[in-house]
Amino acid sequence: MELVDEVRKGSVRALAKLITLVENEMPGGVEAMEEIYPLTGNAYIIGITGPPGAGKSTLTDRITKELRRKNCTVGIIAIDPTSPFTGGALLGDRVRMQGVSSDEDVFIRSMATRGSLGGLSRATSDTVKILDAYGKDYVIIETVGVGQDEVDIVRTADISILVVMPGGGDDIQAIKAGIMEIGDIFVVNKADRDGADRLVTEIKMMLGLSSVEREWTSPIIKTVATEDQGIGTLVEKINEHREFLVKSGMLACRRKERIRSEIIKMIEYEIYRYLDSLIAENKDFFEQRLEDIVNKKEDPYLLAKKTVETIAKRISKNANV
Amino acid sequence: MNQDKRIRVLVAKPGLDGHDRGAKVIARALRDSGMEVIYTGIRQTPEQIVDAALQEDVDTILLSILSGAHGFLFPRIMELLKEKGLGDILVLGGGIIPEDDVPELKELGISEIFGPGMSSQTLINYIRENLSQG
Ligand code: B12
Ligand SMILES: Nc1nc2c(ncn2[C@@H]2O[C@H](COP(=O)(O)OP(=O)(O)OP(=O)(O)O)[C@@H](O)[C@H]2O)c(=O)[nH]1
Ligand SMILES: [Mg+2]
Repeated sequence: MELVDEVRKGSVRALAKLITLVENEMPGGVEAMEEIYPLTGNAYIIGITGPPGAGKSTLTDRITKELRRKNCTVGIIAIDPTSPFTGGALLGDRVRMQGVSSDEDVFIRSMATRGSLGGLSRATSDTVKILDAYGKDYVIIETVGVGQDEVDIVRTADISILVVMPGGGDDIQAIKAGIMEIGDIFVVNKADRDGADRLVTEIKMMLGLSSVEREWTSPIIKTVATEDQGIGTLVEKINEHREFLVKSGMLACRRKERIRSEIIKMIEYEIYRYLDSLIAENKDFFEQRLEDIVNKKEDPYLLAKKTVETIAKRISKNANV
Repeated sequence: MNQDKRIRVLVAKPGLDGHDRGAKVIARALRDSGMEVIYTGIRQTPEQIVDAALQEDVDTILLSILSGAHGFLFPRIMELLKEKGLGDILVLGGGIIPEDDVPELKELGISEIFGPGMSSQTLINYIRENLSQG
């Protein structure tokens, strides 16, 4: 595919266009990804997550600057929520990435969740692959501001960094255990504010409570992103963790699990597309069945079974041509 | 579920101009109309704006300026867009821009200039109409 060739040659325009193609599920997107996939595996993927306003974008900017000092190239995917009511989105993470936005070797793409609930967008993992194939050494993903169980990042990144801040009104208890468990590194940002040390202690206690035996003890690092404090240490820890993952064989393990869950999602989605068009094409039929089911003339389980059979038939018919 | 192609908009504030109320007002209005709006923040160089447009693959660029420096910044932005192969992108300007300057700016390739009192709906319609033609 020409667009993919252009991307391989280093065209930024083609890179941006390809991401759009895939994000909008336009014709040719899947074929392009088939060509992209063999080119992936070189980039290291860093996930940055945490509650709204914790400083994820500012930290992303500073981490990127630090990586650039070591001559590494960086791709950034910054995700913000889509409004469920209007479908629109205000993508403002770039505002806090001014330090790297004019660097040729940094590519920033803002993305809206478009209905995904796990803190990422559906196209995030494909966009990571595209940036990887393009040749970026690091891909940083900034999730939406998370609160409860938006933990898709663990299945998408090699390392997950959880950013929290003191005095966000809600203390660490408010951040659900599910989210606390995903941190390979904890960052207490805005350490210039009161309560940073207390927050560190709270996280330590919380981690101590966990009975899971771990080979890696998640470090807790204090930073002041706006003042560039603690960033060097953070990047060192990221590299240390990377070495640990490589040596222990866990990196290969994580990546295998990632592709496993991606494959399952791809299959689910393919099947879902059949269901979607089946229902769209037979609206009246389904409405009538619904009516009968509500009136207890039919049962829903039978309808579900029959529908799956119809989908299976359609799929095998497609497979034969 | 197969969404229509979403309109992606870049709202940018070039130069040292700190008046950002208007830019934020239009950014929110466009978001509420269902568009994906990338806001760059204030103090953007023409290079930063054009790079953002390139990377974000936006359909249209909205330049908001109240400082009076449009006569210098807009030509530079248009020139860079052409250089980077983005010459046919829809560019709109707005803010405090004297009537007399408008013809010259349009000649550069800026499609329309909007000022105070413009209704959001006018802008939304303008973008939708002009993008569907292109
Ligand atoms: C509020 C204001 C301020 C606030 C700004 C707060 C902020 N964060 O935005 C403060 C007090 C900080 C300020 C400071 C200054 N200001 Co002042 N300010 C104004 C004022 C009174 C209103 C601007 C405003 O917010 N309007 C409300 C918003 C919603 O309207 P808007 O910006 O026009 O946007 C609407 C439309 O124009 C349009 N629009 C805007 N942009 C775009 C872009 C596109 C693509 C489209 C389609 C539409 C569009 O949509 C918006 C919604 O309808 C104007 C006078 C005026 N009446 O415009 C002076 C004015 C802009 N300021 C002026 C000046 C000189 C200054 C200072 C230099 C003063 C000084 N000597 O210190 C400083 C500079 C600050 C800086 N760093 O840039 C002058 C500019 C003169 C010029 N252009 O030649 C003005 C025109 C006053 C005047 N008549 O002299 N200012
Ligand atoms: N005092 C202080 N402020 C900070 C620090 N880091 C970031 N901020 C400020 O906190 C605010 C939010 O920072 P962002 O980087 O946008 O936070 P975010 O987590 O990306 O926010 P969302 O993407 O909206 O969830 C900004 O005004 C930053 O300038 C810090 O270390 N100390
Ligand atoms: Mg952010």
